[in-house]
Amino acid sequence: MSGNMNLTLKVWRQKNAGDKGGFVTYKAEQISPDMSFLEMLDVVNEGLVKKGEDPIYFDHDCREGICGMCSLYINGRAHGPKRAITTCQLHMRSFKDGETITIEPWRAAAFPVIKDLAVDRSSFDRIQQAGGYVSVNTGGVPDANTIPIPKVIADEAFNSATCIQCGACVAACKNASAMLFVSAKISQLALLPQGQAERYQRVQAMVAQMDAEGFGNCTNTGACEVECPKEISLTNIARMNRDYFTSKFLKEE
Amino acid sequence: MILDSKIPEGSLAEKWSKHKFNLKLVNPANKRKYTIIVVGTGLAGASAAASLAELGYNVKAFCFQDSSRRAHSIAAQGGINAAKNYRNDGDSVQRLFYDTIKGGDYRAREGNVYRLAEVSVNIIDQCVAQGVPFAREYGGLLDTRSFGGAQVSRTFYAKGQTGQQLLLGAYSVLSRQINEGKVTMYDRHEMLDLVVVDGKAQGIVTRNLVSGELETHAGHAVLLCTGGYGNVFYLSTNAMGCNTTAIWRAHKKGAFFGNPCYTQIHPTCIPVTGDHQSKLTLMSESLRNDGRVWVPKTKEMSARLRKGELKAKDIKEEDRDYFLERKYPSFGNLVPRDVASRNAKEAVDDGRGVGSSGVAVFLDFADAIKRLGKDTIEAKYGNLFDMYYQITDENPYEQPMRIYPAVHYTMGGLWVDYNLQTTIPGLFALGECNFSDHGANRLGASALMQGLADGYFVIPATVGDYLANIGPKPVDENHPAFAETKKEVEDRITKFLSLKGTKTVDEYHRELGKIMWEYCGMARTEEGLIKAKGLIHELKEEFWKNVIVVGKNEELNQSLEKAGRVADFIELGELMVDDALHRKESCGGHFRVESQTEEGEAKRDDENFAYVAAWQYAGDNQPEVLHKENLVFENVKLTQRSYK
Ligand SMILES: Cc1cc2nc3c(=O)[nH]c(=O)nc-3n(C[C@H](O)[C@H](O)[C@H](O)COP(=O)(O)OP(=O)(O)OC[C@H]3O[C@@H](n4cnc5c(N)ncnc54)[C@H](O)[C@@H]3O)c2cc1C
Ligand code: SF4
Ligand code: FES
Repeated sequence: MSGNMNLTLKVWRQKNAGDKGGFVTYKAEQISPDMSFLEMLDVVNEGLVKKGEDPIYFDHDCREGICGMCSLYINGRAHGPKRAITTCQLHMRSFKDGETITIEPWRAAAFPVIKDLAVDRSSFDRIQQAGGYVSVNTGGVPDANTIPIPKVIADEAFNSATCIQCGACVAACKNASAMLFVSAKISQLALLPQGQAERYQRVQAMVAQMDAEGFGNCTNTGACEVECPKEISLTNIARMNRDYFTSKFLKEE
Repeated sequence: MILDSKIPEGSLAEKWSKHKFNLKLVNPANKRKYTIIVVGTGLAGASAAASLAELGYNVKAFCFQDSSRRAHSIAAQGGINAAKNYRNDGDSVQRLFYDTIKGGDYRAREGNVYRLAEVSVNIIDQCVAQGVPFAREYGGLLDTRSFGGAQVSRTFYAKGQTGQQLLLGAYSVLSRQINEGKVTMYDRHEMLDLVVVDGKAQGIVTRNLVSGELETHAGHAVLLCTGGYGNVFYLSTNAMGCNTTAIWRAHKKGAFFGNPCYTQIHPTCIPVTGDHQSKLTLMSESLRNDGRVWVPKTKEMSARLRKGELKAKDIKEEDRDYFLERKYPSFGNLVPRDVASRNAKEAVDDGRGVGSSGVAVFLDFADAIKRLGKDTIEAKYGNLFDMYYQITDENPYEQPMRIYPAVHYTMGGLWVDYNLQTTIPGLFALGECNFSDHGANRLGASALMQGLADGYFVIPATVGDYLANIGPKPVDENHPAFAETKKEVEDRITKFLSLKGTKTVDEYHRELGKIMWEYCGMARTEEGLIKAKGLIHELKEEFWKNVIVVGKNEELNQSLEKAGRVADFIELGELMVDDALHRKESCGGHFRVESQTEEGEAKRDDENFAYVAAWQYAGDNQPEVLHKENLVFENVKLTQRSYK
């Protein structure tokens, strides 16, 4: 089914990390309001391939808002104009016929562009590798119900754990700070009894890696929370800061 | 060739512990002399890679996404089963075993399924120790729910994102091993072929998806953990990147393919809206606990609904057909997935479908809202209702949802023995990509369980036996097999880029999907399958002459990536059709129209088909060779499923 929307797209095209890149204008025609934003790009890409041209590269996989692979900075907003959803969950009915839509990659020094709209977010993985775990091996662990966890605490840990590692918080921040992401990861384990043994080492290791990757400082503008598709709250940052200072203090003692 | 499943002797309850005792161990000091290749870092792969590295092996792990945390396991919603019996409601390893064998319509091995049920309890312990935030009760203990028609409450969950939380647990322990230097992680790398040296799997060829560089990697064993192939139908609930390439290439190198036609079609998905549709979204099975499925009694009324002349609420109670409740009074809307799906299709085929396309049925919450109140329904299903609204722009609190079945899971996959080893020594398959423990139909919340059982608990024991037998001698990467396999991959890429045809890869993929869905989907007939075989064959010929693949190899090139995957899907599609054609019985997700009871239910034929079909590749355009592994049931009695 094709539809009746006609749009103009201004899309960031960049061959590879070394290329300077720039905007290219495309027409997206006969778009149905029921299409998702990425399906609209599929249609444009199919047209490009038919003409033998290089399709626009963008990252995506699950297309249901959970894998965190999709990105896109749409009309100046990470994951587009609607709150609490990812780009893959955005539908064309959120746009008007005849509109011009500007599409860019995440912009941050720690997220270099690899092609067109896709960036390298491996810095997030390295932060996790620095300490985002409980050091247990497979086997020999206690029965799951040995340690009761109050429901409120478990729910709070779960809320932090819903972060999908997409990087919208960094893209939305004028300092390209990764504090929301890192604090969500730290909070999940800091809240749970399983995470206590390594709590203070963890916060130090992960923050050190975050700094080493070149993410900016947090100046409390809160843009990250607004754009986060999973509505990760700023209280995570406060919690992380507290743990970080405690850890410094413990070390000095 | 006789297929040896290597099921250990002894009673069901002793098999696994006895077997573990009989397996050879690798001396701790020797473990670091072995390298193990793990392809895929979903639940099966990430858990295997981390557990093996913890034991001291060197691991090289691969995934095609930009991070191992994005594997398709992340999307699982409902939950994970385990026979913990925390509720004291009569659950046990024996019961989970029995439910799984029965649910699989008696087409799985008793020994494997029992082991799965046995280790299920350890999985929950392991995940909790990692900090996985499962749902809890007010007393602080773990909460469970009953799922997919099970009579006990054994499904552990983390709101609607159990898959993400379990995968993040496995990703965290994998990250720790990467940090310790025991795992080398290769993101944005796609395995394009398997290297077999002197009959043993010893390496893989990969393409770096960013630079296009083709690389060879050597190892003492190769573990494929590459997920399911539901995307052979083009539209499915799987993520866009899910594919069959790794297992299909391995199949062409000698690994037998088990039960390729067994596909699970999930009854509650959001219907297709048009040709632009790129994937289908699952609405959790739990909705059927409170929603009532119906269509109008007459075609005329459906036609008026489709044209928008009538709305659902204009249709009077006596003009509605609650077909599941009518046909299955004891299970009603909670019949198993395959039964619910097939009945929706029948209603649509009968001209009584709803929605503008007519290819949907209603799932109505009006009665539940009246009975329990809107708040209760919102608390239970709020996020699902929001998701539905987001996609369809329709408010399910005010009008019934429209749903239709969609391809969801593939029970078929590489044939493996009890050690998870394929017919190629040194090649193992874990998780959804093996032909697995689910027989002809998988129960809800059992895939996550199987992936983690394979990765955390089975493979660390069984791979050691293989490694101890071959010894720690380094693998020779200069063996000509490496260069030859790499050359084959290169030639294929060159061929794609040289075609410069007129149709896109997606166009071929959509066509393949239509053929598969029409003839090898929810109901299969001999006539239809024969027709499909011809159509797929024509499609394959045309594809290799006329597909357009733009750009070059030395860049991030999605058109090239997709071409390789679709070429393999087309070949797999042919094999699925052959398998469906030869299995003249109905069982589980495989419904042969010719084999049904007088009441129109699936009719199994245990006398002739109680076996695993394992297919051997015999060369391009040659018919594959069928091998049969007979299934022996010593502990359960085979009965016909009935949900009346
Ligand atoms: C929407 C949805 C909901 C579900 N809900 C549930 C549920 O509630 N409970 C349940 O038990 N099951 C559920 N399932 C099924 C379950 O999620 C999957 O069967 C399971 O997660 C598969 O895990 P896996 O580790 O085998 O594969 P995957 O998680 O699919 O991982 C495959 C891995 O292989 C890699 N890979 C693939 N091919 C290549 C290649 N050629 N080269 C390199 N890497 C490759 C990928 O990058 C990825 O890392 C659901 C499935 C879907 C689609
Ligand atoms: S905190 Fe939110 S925006 Fe940042 S990575 Fe996590 S989910 Fe994405
Ligand atoms: S594609 Fe997975 S979150 Fe958007």
